[in-house]
Amino acid sequence: MNNILNQIGIENYIFLSVILFCIGIFGVLYRRNAIIVFMSIEIMLNAVNLLFVAFSTYHQDAQGQVFVFFSMAVAAAEVAVGLAILVSIFKNSGSISIDTLKNLKG
Amino acid sequence: MNTNIALLLVLAPFAGFLINVFFGKSVGKTVSGIIGTLSVAISFATSIYFFNALTAEPKGFNITLFDWIHVSNIKIDFGFLLDQLSVLWLLFVTGIGSLIHLYSISYMHDDENMHKFFAYLNLFVFFMITLVVGSNLLVLFIGWEGVGLCSYLLIGFWYKNQDYNDAAKKAFIMNRIGDLGLLIGIFILGHLFSTLDYATLKTAIAGATNIDLYWLSAAALCLFIGATGKSAQIPLYTWLPDAMAGPTPVSALIHAATMVTAGIFMITRLNFIFDLTPDVQSIIAVIGAITALVAATIGLVQNDIKKVLAYSTVSQLGLMFLALGLGAYEVAVFHVITHAFFKACLFLGSGSVIHALHGEQDMRKMGGLKKVMPITFITMLVSSLAISGVPVFSGFFSKDEILLTAFHHNIPLWVVASVASIMTAFYMFRLMFLTFFNAFRGTEEQKHHLHESPALITFPLIVLAILATIGGLISLPGNSWLNEYLTPILPKLASEEHHLGSTEYLLMAVAVVGGLVGIGLAYAKYNKQNTVPGDDASITGFAKVLYNKYYLDEIYNFIFVKSVNELSKFFRDQVETNLSAFVFGFGKVTNSISLQGKKVQNGSVGLYLFAFVLGLCAIISFLFLAQ
Repeated sequence: MNNILNQIGIENYIFLSVILFCIGIFGVLYRRNAIIVFMSIEIMLNAVNLLFVAFSTYHQDAQGQVFVFFSMAVAAAEVAVGLAILVSIFKNSGSISIDTLKNLKG
Repeated sequence: MNTNIALLLVLAPFAGFLINVFFGKSVGKTVSGIIGTLSVAISFATSIYFFNALTAEPKGFNITLFDWIHVSNIKIDFGFLLDQLSVLWLLFVTGIGSLIHLYSISYMHDDENMHKFFAYLNLFVFFMITLVVGSNLLVLFIGWEGVGLCSYLLIGFWYKNQDYNDAAKKAFIMNRIGDLGLLIGIFILGHLFSTLDYATLKTAIAGATNIDLYWLSAAALCLFIGATGKSAQIPLYTWLPDAMAGPTPVSALIHAATMVTAGIFMITRLNFIFDLTPDVQSIIAVIGAITALVAATIGLVQNDIKKVLAYSTVSQLGLMFLALGLGAYEVAVFHVITHAFFKACLFLGSGSVIHALHGEQDMRKMGGLKKVMPITFITMLVSSLAISGVPVFSGFFSKDEILLTAFHHNIPLWVVASVASIMTAFYMFRLMFLTFFNAFRGTEEQKHHLHESPALITFPLIVLAILATIGGLISLPGNSWLNEYLTPILPKLASEEHHLGSTEYLLMAVAVVGGLVGIGLAYAKYNKQNTVPGDDASITGFAKVLYNKYYLDEIYNFIFVKSVNELSKFFRDQVETNLSAFVFGFGKVTNSISLQGKKVQNGSVGLYLFAFVLGLCAIISFLFLAQ
C-alpha cells in the first residue's frame, strides 16, 4: 500500500469530512443569508466528496473518484441554477434573507 | 336476386329516412313528402313481387344475410324469412303505409317540421318491415324496439306541448314493460332450444320428445306480456288512447293499422309454441275478451273523436287476441287485415274532419258536416258500417268468424265479445251522428271556413273505403282464400273445416241484429232526439266512471307511481342521509387532521431546513442503532 494513506491515516480524512459536514449543517441552520446557506450546502457536498475520494483510495477502487466527478459536475450546474434563482428573488423582493421568503405557505 | 330485392324492400324506407333527415329541409316540403311516399311505395312494389313469387315457391324464401352472433352452441343469423305470413303483413303495412304517406303530404303541409315527420314515418316503416321479415326472434326484437322508438318520436312530434311529451313518455314506458317480457320470453326459448330461428324452433319443438312444458308456458306467457304492451291489451293498454296526441296520420298508421298488430303477428308466427300451452292460450283469450269489453264501454262516452277511435282500436285488438287465444290464428289475421282497412280509413277520415275544423277534436263542437264534406262522410260511413259488422262489408265477415269461434269454444266469451260488438256499433254511430248530422255546433268563424279536404286527403280515404267494403272477400265463410293461403304457416287449418249449419246462420243473424240494434240506439239518441253530450262537469254516475276510463290511470298512478315515489322518498330521506353522513364522516376526519398538518407548512425556510437536518440525523442514528 504505497500511497498517501500511509502518511496520513484514513481516520483523519473521516474526521475532517465529519467536521466539514457539521460546519455545513450549522451554517444552514444558523445563517439567514440565502447565499451563505447555499455556501454551507456546498461545504456539506464537498465533505461527502472528500470522504468518497478517501475511501476510493483506501479500497483501491476508481469508482468513487468517478462518482465524485459526477457529483461536482452536478453541483456546478446546481449552483448555476440556484444562484440565478437567488438573483431573481433579490430583484423581486430586494432581500435574500430566508426569513422574508414566506410565500410558499401551505 | 331475391336477396337484393329483399334488401331493397327493407332498405328503401331507410334510404327515405336518411334523405329526409339530411336533405329534407333543403329540398322543400312537398319534395320531402314525395320522397317519403315513394320509398314506401317501392317497398309495396317489392312486397307484391314476393307475393307473386310465393305462388311458385310455397315454402317461402329464407334469406341469410350474415352470421350475426355465434357463441358456443348458439348461432344466430341476421336473415329474412319471406313466407305467406310475413308477405301478407308486408302487403298491408306498406300498402296502407303508402296511402297514409300520401295523405300526410297534404295533412302536414302547414307544419314547419314536415321533413322530420316524413323521416320518422319512413324510419317507422323500415323498423316495421324488419319486425315482420326477420327470420328469428332477435331480428324481430330489433324491429319491435324500433317501432316503439318511432311511436315515441311521433306521439311527441308536436314537442312544444308538454301533455304530448308526457303521452309519448307514457307510451314508451308502457311499451318498455312489455318489451322486457318479450325479451325474457326470447331468453327462455333460447335457453330451451339453443336457437331463436323460427324454422329451427319449429322443427326442434316438433321433434322434441319431452319438452319442459313448465318453462315453455313461462316463455309463452312472457311473449304474451310483450304482446300486451305493443298491442295495447289489459293491463298495459292505457298508453294507446293517450298516444292520440300524435298527428292523425300517425294514429292511423302506427296506432291502428300496423304497429299495434305486431303482437298478433308475433303470436301467429309462434303459433306452434302457443298451441302447446293451453293455459297461456286461455289467459290470452280471457284477457282479449275483457279488453274488448272494457275498452268498448269506455268508448261509449268519450267525446274526443280520436279517443273514441282509439278505444275502438283497443277493443278490436282485444277481439283479435280472443281469436288467438282460441287457437284461431287465421281468424285473428283476417280481422287484423280488415281492421287495418276500416280503422285506417276512420282515422284518416277523422283527420280530414279535424283538418277542416282547424284542430278541433271535440265532437260536441262538430255536427252537420255531412253536406260540407261528402267524401269524408261517405268513406267514414262505409268504414263505420264495416266495423259495426253490417253484412256485405268486410268487418262483418271477420268479426263474425271471431264470434263463431268463440261460440264453439266458450259461450261466456262469446257473450262478452258480442256485447262488445254491439257497443262498438253504438259508439261508432254515436260518432257518426254527432259529427256529420244535425246542425253545426262550432263557432261562426269555423263554420265559415268549413270545406272538403283536398284530393290528396280524399284519395286514400276512397281507396281504404273500397278496401273496407270488399276486404271480406279474402275469407268468405266456407270458401276462404286466406285460410288456404296460410296453410303452410298454420298446418292444422286443413283439418278444421267450418261447416255452415243452421247454428252458424243463427249466430250470424244474432250478430247482425245486435249491430243494427247498436246503430238504432245511436240513431234514436243522437240523431232523432238530437242529444249532445254535456260538459265534463255534467257527467255523473257510472258514465263519469267510464268517462274517466275507470280511473285506471289514477289507480296505476296510486299503485305504481305513488308507491315508487314513497319508496324513493324513504331512501332519500332516511337511507341516503345516514349513508352519506357516514361517508362524509371519513372526509371530515381527514380534513381536520390535514388542517392541523397544514400549520407546519408555514413558509419559513429556516424551519424547513431545521426539519430537514433533524430528519437526516434521525435517519443516520436509526441506521447506526439498527446495526
